[in-house]
Amino acid sequence: MSAVIRLQNEPFDAAREQAALTCGRDDIGAVVTFVGICRGSEAGLRIVAMTLEHYPGMAETELARHVESAQQRWRLAGVTVVHRVGRILPGEPIVLVVTAAAHRQGAFAAAEFLMDYLKTRAPFWKRIEYADSTAWVAPRESDALSADRWSGPADMREAAE
Amino acid sequence: MKLRYFAWVRERVGKTEEEIDPPEGITTVAELMSWLTARGEEYAHAFENPKVVRAAIDQDHVRTDAAIAGAREIAFFPPMTGG
Repeated sequence: MSAVIRLQNEPFDAAREQAALTCGRDDIGAVVTFVGICRGSEAGLRIVAMTLEHYPGMAETELARHVESAQQRWRLAGVTVVHRVGRILPGEPIVLVVTAAAHRQGAFAAAEFLMDYLKTRAPFWKRIEYADSTAWVAPRESDALSADRWSGPADMREAAE
Repeated sequence: MKLRYFAWVRERVGKTEEEIDPPEGITTVAELMSWLTARGEEYAHAFENPKVVRAAIDQDHVRTDAAIAGAREIAFFPPMTGG
């Protein structure tokens, strides 16, 4: 199983990342490619840009840990996670998750699992620039509930309380 | 030990990191947070709602009742909003 995990300032090309993962392989029957994109408005307010802050070191470690955990749950042929940091403009990609497996079920599930964990456990913080103000993005309860689906009783859920 | 701050915790404290030497009676993350709160208005503002602030010891998520003994780096930050 191949795993690529990258943090970067510049935008990424999802098609190229997916091709790199599947190129020359005949064991892959399904690829799920998810791209999170910066929206142009939030609650009716126009967004000028979004800045992604991260905890260097811990961010990479957490991503690697979640990718490993996905590998243990599903039989994956490959995973690519790219997360951007720094300033991102509306319409630009923020995060990429590519999961490859022999069959679609594992690829779909692993992509959702990785995104749910990225949203709630990986040390990244979004700050939105509006025309005349800025605001840190508040966590969404629905994201926490999505991540909870994957948790066992001994998970870090308690740590968040 | 080194303290690191991220996102609005960093903005409120007014620094990204600092070296501190807490007194012996401070043994847990929660106690460290209340000790910091007493250090000044900027800390009081950052930790005014301690239930919201998350912590990591040596780059691992921890609960606030975690022991700080032996920690090299403790980070405080808001709930994460990546992805």
